Amino acid sequence: MNISLNHYLLLSALLFAIGFFGVLLRKNTLVIYMCLELMLTASTLALVAFSRYNGTMDGNVFVFFILTVAAAEVAVGLAIIVALFRLRQTAQVDELNALKH
Amino acid sequence: MTANLMFYVFTALTALGALGVVFNRNTVNAAMCFLLSLVGLAGLFVLLEAYLLAVLLVFVYAGAVVTLFLFIVMLLDVKGGRRSPFTKGTGLAATVAAALIALGLLSLYNHGRIAAALPAGPGSGSSLKGYAYQLFTTYLLPVQIVGFLLLMAMLGVIVISKRQAGTEDGK
Repeated sequence: MNISLNHYLLLSALLFAIGFFGVLLRKNTLVIYMCLELMLTASTLALVAFSRYNGTMDGNVFVFFILTVAAAEVAVGLAIIVALFRLRQTAQVDELNALKH
Repeated sequence: MTANLMFYVFTALTALGALGVVFNRNTVNAAMCFLLSLVGLAGLFVLLEAYLLAVLLVFVYAGAVVTLFLFIVMLLDVKGGRRSPFTKGTGLAATVAAALIALGLLSLYNHGRIAAALPAGPGSGSSLKGYAYQLFTTYLLPVQIVGFLLLMAMLGVIVISKRQAGTEDGK
Protein backbone atom coordinates (compact mmCIF):
# COMPACT_ATOMS: atom_id res chain seq x y z
CA MET A 1 0.00 0.00 0.00
CA ASN A 2 1.36 3.35 -0.96
CA ILE A 3 1.59 6.25 1.42
CA SER A 4 -1.17 8.70 0.61
CA LEU A 5 -2.08 12.15 1.81
CA ASN A 6 -4.40 10.51 4.31
CA HIS A 7 -1.52 8.96 6.19
CA TYR A 8 0.16 12.30 6.64
CA LEU A 9 -3.06 13.98 7.70
CA LEU A 10 -3.75 11.22 10.22
CA LEU A 11 -0.28 11.57 11.67
CA SER A 12 -0.71 15.34 11.81
CA ALA A 13 -4.04 14.99 13.62
CA LEU A 14 -2.52 12.45 15.99
CA LEU A 15 0.38 14.77 16.82
CA PHE A 16 -2.03 17.63 17.38
CA ALA A 17 -4.12 15.45 19.68
CA ILE A 18 -1.08 14.36 21.68
CA GLY A 19 0.00 17.96 22.10
CA PHE A 20 -3.52 18.95 23.07
CA PHE A 21 -3.71 16.30 25.78
CA GLY A 22 -0.29 17.36 26.99
CA VAL A 23 -1.65 20.87 27.47
CA LEU A 24 -4.65 19.47 29.35
CA LEU A 25 -2.78 16.97 31.52
CA ARG A 26 0.45 18.64 32.52
CA LYS A 27 0.89 21.26 35.21
CA ASN A 28 4.38 22.47 34.42
CA THR A 29 4.37 25.68 32.37
CA LEU A 30 7.45 24.69 30.37
CA VAL A 31 6.04 21.29 29.41
CA ILE A 32 2.73 22.91 28.46
CA TYR A 33 4.66 25.30 26.25
CA MET A 34 6.49 22.37 24.64
CA CYS A 35 3.16 20.70 23.93
CA LEU A 36 1.93 23.92 22.30
CA GLU A 37 4.98 23.82 20.04
CA LEU A 38 4.13 20.21 19.25
CA MET A 39 0.67 21.27 18.09
CA LEU A 40 2.26 23.97 15.92
CA THR A 41 4.59 21.47 14.26
CA ALA A 42 1.65 19.13 13.66
CA SER A 43 -0.05 21.90 11.67
CA THR A 44 3.13 22.46 9.65
CA LEU A 45 3.19 18.77 8.74
CA ALA A 46 -0.34 19.03 7.37
CA LEU A 47 0.57 22.12 5.35
CA VAL A 48 3.66 20.50 3.82
CA ALA A 49 1.71 17.34 2.97
CA PHE A 50 -1.08 19.33 1.28
CA SER A 51 1.48 21.34 -0.61
CA ARG A 52 3.26 18.23 -1.84
CA TYR A 53 0.11 16.42 -2.91
CA ASN A 54 -1.35 19.43 -4.71
CA GLY A 55 1.88 20.22 -6.52
CA THR A 56 1.94 23.81 -5.29
CA MET A 57 4.46 25.86 -3.41
CA ASP A 58 2.27 27.95 -1.15
CA GLY A 59 2.02 25.56 1.76
CA ASN A 60 5.78 25.28 1.94
CA VAL A 61 6.22 29.04 1.94
CA PHE A 62 3.59 29.25 4.66
CA VAL A 63 5.56 26.78 6.78
CA PHE A 64 8.63 28.92 6.19
CA PHE A 65 6.80 31.84 7.79
CA ILE A 66 5.44 29.66 10.58
CA LEU A 67 8.98 28.61 11.50
CA THR A 68 10.05 32.25 11.70
CA VAL A 69 7.09 33.29 13.80
CA ALA A 70 7.50 30.24 16.05
CA ALA A 71 11.09 31.19 16.80
CA ALA A 72 10.03 34.71 17.81
CA GLU A 73 7.10 33.32 19.79
CA VAL A 74 9.27 30.88 21.76
CA ALA A 75 11.73 33.64 22.67
CA VAL A 76 8.99 35.93 23.96
CA GLY A 77 7.09 33.13 25.72
CA LEU A 78 10.13 31.84 27.55
CA ALA A 79 11.08 35.37 28.58
CA ILE A 80 7.60 35.77 30.04
CA ILE A 81 7.90 32.44 31.88
CA VAL A 82 11.25 33.49 33.35
CA ALA A 83 9.83 36.84 34.44
CA LEU A 84 6.87 35.04 36.01
CA PHE A 85 9.18 32.63 37.79
CA ARG A 86 11.22 35.50 39.19
CA LEU A 87 8.06 37.07 40.52
CA ARG A 88 6.29 34.00 41.93
CA GLN A 89 9.08 31.41 42.40
CA THR A 90 7.02 28.70 40.74
CA ALA A 91 6.27 27.36 37.28
CA GLN A 92 3.27 25.20 38.16
CA VAL A 93 0.04 26.42 36.60
CA ASP A 94 -2.12 25.56 39.59
CA GLU A 95 -0.05 27.90 41.74
CA LEU A 96 -0.17 30.73 39.22
CA ASN A 97 -3.66 31.79 40.18
CA ALA A 98 -3.36 35.57 40.53
CA LEU A 99 -6.14 36.13 37.99
CA LYS A 100 -8.52 33.71 39.69
CA HIS A 101 -11.34 35.52 41.44
CA MET B 1 8.70 0.15 -0.75
CA THR B 2 11.62 1.71 1.04
CA ALA B 3 9.75 5.00 1.16
CA ASN B 4 6.83 3.27 2.86
CA LEU B 5 9.12 1.73 5.43
CA MET B 6 10.79 5.08 6.04
CA PHE B 7 7.39 6.70 6.51
CA TYR B 8 6.49 4.24 9.25
CA VAL B 9 9.88 4.56 10.93
CA PHE B 10 9.65 8.36 11.02
CA THR B 11 6.00 8.20 12.07
CA ALA B 12 6.92 5.98 15.02
CA LEU B 13 9.78 8.31 15.94
CA THR B 14 7.56 11.38 15.80
CA ALA B 15 4.60 9.90 17.66
CA LEU B 16 6.66 8.20 20.36
CA GLY B 17 8.67 11.37 20.88
CA ALA B 18 5.45 13.33 21.26
CA LEU B 19 4.11 10.81 23.77
CA GLY B 20 7.40 11.08 25.61
CA VAL B 21 6.95 14.84 25.92
CA VAL B 22 3.53 14.37 27.47
CA PHE B 23 4.25 11.48 29.83
CA ASN B 24 7.78 12.14 31.01
CA ARG B 25 7.97 13.37 34.59
CA ASN B 26 11.40 14.86 34.10
CA THR B 27 11.34 18.14 32.18
CA VAL B 28 14.81 17.66 30.67
CA ASN B 29 13.78 14.23 29.37
CA ALA B 30 10.62 15.78 27.95
CA ALA B 31 12.73 18.31 26.04
CA MET B 32 14.90 15.48 24.72
CA CYS B 33 11.78 13.61 23.57
CA PHE B 34 10.65 16.80 21.84
CA LEU B 35 13.98 16.83 20.02
CA LEU B 36 13.45 13.21 18.93
CA SER B 37 9.97 14.04 17.67
CA LEU B 38 11.36 16.97 15.66
CA VAL B 39 14.00 14.76 14.05
CA GLY B 40 11.25 12.37 12.97
CA LEU B 41 9.26 15.28 11.60
CA ALA B 42 12.27 16.50 9.62
CA GLY B 43 12.54 13.01 8.13
CA LEU B 44 8.89 13.19 7.09
CA PHE B 45 9.56 16.57 5.46
CA VAL B 46 12.36 14.94 3.47
CA LEU B 47 9.93 12.22 2.36
CA LEU B 48 7.57 15.00 1.26
CA GLU B 49 10.43 16.52 -0.76
CA ALA B 50 10.52 19.70 1.29
CA TYR B 51 14.28 19.55 1.81
CA LEU B 52 14.77 23.19 2.74
CA LEU B 53 12.07 22.99 5.37
CA ALA B 54 13.58 19.84 6.84
CA VAL B 55 16.93 21.57 7.23
CA LEU B 56 15.29 24.69 8.63
CA LEU B 57 13.26 22.62 11.07
CA VAL B 58 16.41 21.03 12.44
CA PHE B 59 18.24 24.37 12.58
CA VAL B 60 15.47 26.48 14.06
CA TYR B 61 13.59 24.00 16.24
CA ALA B 62 16.22 21.46 17.24
CA GLY B 63 19.03 23.98 17.22
CA ALA B 64 17.46 27.05 18.73
CA VAL B 65 14.10 26.31 20.31
CA VAL B 66 14.95 23.09 22.15
CA THR B 67 18.26 24.55 23.30
CA LEU B 68 16.41 27.56 24.65
CA PHE B 69 13.97 25.25 26.43
CA LEU B 70 16.80 23.26 28.01
CA PHE B 71 18.50 26.47 29.02
CA ILE B 72 15.39 27.75 30.76
CA VAL B 73 14.69 24.37 32.39
CA MET B 74 18.15 24.31 33.88
CA LEU B 75 18.02 28.00 34.80
CA LEU B 76 14.73 27.73 36.62
CA ASP B 77 15.42 24.29 38.11
CA VAL B 78 11.72 23.42 38.01
CA LYS B 79 10.50 20.15 39.30
CA GLY B 80 8.80 17.74 36.94
CA GLY B 81 5.52 18.49 38.58
CA ARG B 82 3.18 16.30 40.51
CA ARG B 83 0.09 15.41 38.58
CA SER B 84 -2.77 16.57 40.73
CA PRO B 85 -5.89 14.42 40.67
CA PHE B 86 -8.54 15.23 38.11
CA THR B 87 -11.43 17.40 39.06
CA LYS B 88 -14.82 16.58 37.63
CA GLY B 89 -14.66 19.50 35.18
CA THR B 90 -11.27 18.48 33.80
CA GLY B 91 -12.42 14.90 33.33
CA LEU B 92 -15.52 16.03 31.46
CA ALA B 93 -13.52 18.41 29.25
CA ALA B 94 -10.96 15.69 28.48
CA THR B 95 -13.70 13.18 27.58
CA VAL B 96 -15.45 15.63 25.26
CA ALA B 97 -12.16 16.62 23.65
CA ALA B 98 -11.14 12.98 23.16
CA ALA B 99 -14.51 12.19 21.59
CA LEU B 100 -14.24 15.16 19.21
CA ILE B 101 -10.70 14.26 18.17
CA ALA B 102 -11.61 10.60 17.65
CA LEU B 103 -14.57 11.68 15.52
CA GLY B 104 -12.35 13.98 13.47
CA LEU B 105 -9.76 11.25 12.91
CA LEU B 106 -12.47 8.78 11.93
CA SER B 107 -14.09 11.12 9.40
CA LEU B 108 -10.66 11.99 8.03
CA TYR B 109 -9.96 8.32 7.58
CA ASN B 110 -13.28 7.60 5.90
CA HIS B 111 -13.73 10.59 3.61
CA GLY B 112 -10.42 12.20 2.77
CA ARG B 113 -9.33 10.84 -0.59
CA ILE B 114 -6.61 12.28 -2.75
CA ALA B 115 -5.23 9.25 -4.48
CA ALA B 116 -1.77 9.79 -5.85
CA ALA B 117 0.86 12.44 -5.41
CA LEU B 118 1.64 14.65 -8.35
CA PRO B 119 5.19 14.27 -9.53
CA ALA B 120 7.50 16.82 -8.03
CA GLY B 121 7.84 19.54 -10.62
CA PRO B 122 9.50 22.94 -10.62
CA GLY B 123 6.58 24.26 -8.62
CA SER B 124 7.02 21.94 -5.69
CA GLY B 125 9.12 22.32 -2.59
CA SER B 126 12.20 20.55 -3.87
CA SER B 127 13.79 23.55 -5.54
CA LEU B 128 15.35 26.43 -3.69
CA LYS B 129 14.62 28.71 -6.62
CA GLY B 130 10.91 28.15 -6.10
CA TYR B 131 11.15 29.53 -2.58
CA ALA B 132 13.19 32.51 -3.65
CA TYR B 133 10.77 33.34 -6.45
CA GLN B 134 7.72 33.10 -4.19
CA LEU B 135 9.31 35.03 -1.33
CA PHE B 136 10.34 37.94 -3.52
CA THR B 137 7.18 38.21 -5.59
CA THR B 138 3.92 36.98 -4.08
CA TYR B 139 5.01 37.00 -0.46
CA LEU B 140 7.17 40.12 -0.41
CA LEU B 141 4.98 41.97 2.07
CA PRO B 142 4.81 39.05 4.55
CA VAL B 143 8.60 38.83 4.41
CA GLN B 144 8.88 42.48 5.40
CA ILE B 145 6.29 42.05 8.13
CA VAL B 146 8.02 38.98 9.53
CA GLY B 147 11.29 40.90 9.62
CA PHE B 148 9.60 43.64 11.57
CA LEU B 149 8.03 41.04 13.87
CA LEU B 150 11.44 39.56 14.64
CA LEU B 151 12.78 43.01 15.51
CA MET B 152 9.79 43.66 17.77
CA ALA B 153 10.18 40.24 19.44
CA MET B 154 13.84 40.95 20.12
CA LEU B 155 13.07 44.33 21.67
CA GLY B 156 10.20 42.81 23.64
CA VAL B 157 12.37 40.07 25.10
CA ILE B 158 15.01 42.60 26.13
CA VAL B 159 12.39 44.77 27.82
CA ILE B 160 10.72 41.82 29.58
CA SER B 161 13.90 40.28 30.90
CA LYS B 162 15.53 43.53 31.98
CA ARG B 163 15.83 43.88 35.72
CA GLN B 164 13.76 46.83 36.75
CA ALA B 165 14.50 48.89 39.81
CA GLY B 166 11.70 48.93 42.32
CA THR B 167 10.29 45.54 41.37
CA GLU B 168 10.96 42.13 42.80
CA ASP B 169 14.67 42.24 42.04
CA GLY B 170 15.29 45.72 43.33
CA LYS B 171 14.14 45.14 46.87
